[in-house]
Amino acid sequence: METSVRLILLLPLLGAALIGLMGLFAPGFRKQEKLIGVIGTAAVAVPFVLAVLLFLGHHHGAEIVRTYTWMAAGDLSVGFDYRIDALSLIMTLIVTGIGALIHLYSIGYMHGDDGFWRFFAYLNLFIFAMLNLVLAENLVVLFLGWEGVGLCSYLLIGFWYTDLKNSAAANKAFIVNRIGDFAFLLGMFVLYKAMTAAGVAPFGLDFTTIFANIDVLAAGTASIIVLLMFIGATGKSAQIPLFVWLPDAMAGPTPVSALIHAATMVTSGLYLLARLSPVVLEAPGVMILIAFVGAITAIMAATIAITQNDIKKVLAYSTVSQLGYMFVAAGVGAFFVAIFHVLTHAFFKACLFLGSGSVIHAMHHVEHELEHKGVIAPHHGDHDTPLDSEKRKDTLRHNPLPYDGPFDAQDMRTMGGLRKHMPITAITFLISTLSIAGIPLLAGFFSKDEILFKAFELGYDGHVWAYIVWGIGIVTALLTAVYMTRAYVLTFEGRERWPDAVGTKPHESPLTMTFPLIVLAIGAALGGFLGLPEVLGESWIHHYLGAEFGGPVAEAEMVHHVSHGIEWGLLALGGLIALVGVGAAWASYRTSGLQTDNTIRRKLGAVYTLLSNKYYVDEAYDATVVRPITEGARRGLAPFDAKVVDGAVNGTAKLVRSLSSWGRGMQTGIVQNYALALVLGVVVVVALMIFV
Amino acid sequence: MELALNWYLSLSAVLFVIGVLGVLLRRNAIVIFLSIELMLNAVNLTLVAFSQSFGDVDGLVLVFFVMSVAAAEAAVGLAIVIALFRNKTTVNVNEINLFRG
Repeated sequence: METSVRLILLLPLLGAALIGLMGLFAPGFRKQEKLIGVIGTAAVAVPFVLAVLLFLGHHHGAEIVRTYTWMAAGDLSVGFDYRIDALSLIMTLIVTGIGALIHLYSIGYMHGDDGFWRFFAYLNLFIFAMLNLVLAENLVVLFLGWEGVGLCSYLLIGFWYTDLKNSAAANKAFIVNRIGDFAFLLGMFVLYKAMTAAGVAPFGLDFTTIFANIDVLAAGTASIIVLLMFIGATGKSAQIPLFVWLPDAMAGPTPVSALIHAATMVTSGLYLLARLSPVVLEAPGVMILIAFVGAITAIMAATIAITQNDIKKVLAYSTVSQLGYMFVAAGVGAFFVAIFHVLTHAFFKACLFLGSGSVIHAMHHVEHELEHKGVIAPHHGDHDTPLDSEKRKDTLRHNPLPYDGPFDAQDMRTMGGLRKHMPITAITFLISTLSIAGIPLLAGFFSKDEILFKAFELGYDGHVWAYIVWGIGIVTALLTAVYMTRAYVLTFEGRERWPDAVGTKPHESPLTMTFPLIVLAIGAALGGFLGLPEVLGESWIHHYLGAEFGGPVAEAEMVHHVSHGIEWGLLALGGLIALVGVGAAWASYRTSGLQTDNTIRRKLGAVYTLLSNKYYVDEAYDATVVRPITEGARRGLAPFDAKVVDGAVNGTAKLVRSLSSWGRGMQTGIVQNYALALVLGVVVVVALMIFV
Repeated sequence: MELALNWYLSLSAVLFVIGVLGVLLRRNAIVIFLSIELMLNAVNLTLVAFSQSFGDVDGLVLVFFVMSVAAAEAAVGLAIVIALFRNKTTVNVNEINLFRG
């Protein structure tokens, strides 16, 4: 057991070191794509197998694997300790399982890229950091992983760093995350202070000690700690107010978006809340805040997603929205449901992202072919151009023409009809779309419905605010069904809209790319049966994780439970909303294509502009935070640097210079002067010897 | 009859002071060089005088060392002076101040 935990942690690190160092020092190694791919994938697949074995051998309770003491000072004693319990095992399975699939996929996707070795080194390093995060027994090691995944995210967003736009996106992600990390650190400090002040010593911020001594935390202190931890979580998990980095993070290669910015890293905020669930439950006020932040993020991101044309942007906002759902679950005290949604979301969102990657891969080949044929100019413009002019809209209304804006391999307006050319990608994408939309019996239906049900039940239990959260959740569910169906239909159905569609055909991706899609699609279809609602049967995940069954995840106590009749009703409502959303979007986008967007745009007017500009949040941050800081630095700090800092340095130099100009006068270079000094010295010494 | 030790020592002191003044005051490198030899020999004289006075040969032995070192020093020193003269066509030490700070 100890050996397998160590292997699970160290193999990805070993893979990263091997690929990274070999790539750095042996340029010949960089071209060995097969070898690098096999090493990288095995370094994650073997830990997955080990994790499965651990999972099968695990029953109840937590087992701690201690390695060595990292730092010990006074009351503080932090060890590199790892915790094996139901929660960390589920997260490890997600990280290594989905991670292995995405590594496999990347072999095909990154084929021919100059940075192939770099990509796999970073990806393995990410897996190592993420495993540290989910397996940590104390907050310090968890924070180490937390920062590690942040670093890898930065490296991979800016993977194609020669494009300034990608570097800027990487910087944005890193800086925004730092704000959350700062709050996380403060939360750790407050927790440590509160615990040691109450006489808990030695204290290593380990979960065992924290959970055993929750009673010593005053209600106010607990609220502050939870609030700070939550702010940390909003950074990593892209919630209001720190969500702005995630859509930009799509600048990285698509497998990165699937692994880091959809399936694993962005859920670490939820993991943190679930891990600390007994503490979070001590702060009911903050939980209301968490629920509302989650709900508002969910609906805000969903409304933006409807207006986006870049397929990855749609999925990015969809991720933000789904993370909002998970925070709703955490806010209403149903942490195991949040983890359940993490699990199902990992399946369908990874599948969607990898599917979009497959499409982009194919469209890039189309692009190259078109450039070769001279149909389009080798340089394509900015892909976020607004929809067409009034005049073109009129022609479009009666005759859905191919889109003739600038060609962009990620723009859904240049796609369409891809189902004929890439059937496997299309079918897996469709299954995941229906799953995230919440079509009954698919994974997303069960997890999303359970979140909404828990919110409703809390309202029923007397917390009226939870009804509002539930209402927002229902509306978001409808929007989700609409925007995901729009994305599917615009990409895979209707007519081909890229130039020269008759002569230029996209091709299905290779097996290394389609195999992960198929596996993930199966998960997206069937994963929901792990957490059946109460009226349908026993929820396995609840029994596995729930504190009342001996698991690690606590949940809010409820006095009044809703009757089975109402639960059936809510299930039916959830399914109905999904069907209506998918049906309506399918009908209008299938027949009218891009024209539907124009119709919506005309009807909504200024609201649509607001949405398609993402509520101007970036602009608002730019005006209120970024600009004042840069201006302040330019006006206040630059003169300070020039005058005070440089002045101090130059002043020191001048002082030394003037002192030494006096000193160098002594060095005349004339031998006789030195001899005179020597003789005078002898005279003085002899005089002293004789007369004193 | 024998001269008193004081005479030898006085002569030696006079020679040594002449040597010191020569080193400090003269500008010609060769004359400085000669002055140094003068100082060495003043010391030699002292050593011989003490040796004679105390009936001890240690001082005489030391004189041989000083003479051999002086011979070596003369060889090296004159070589340096010649090299200097070749480069700067002067042996005036006032014009040789490469180490000026």
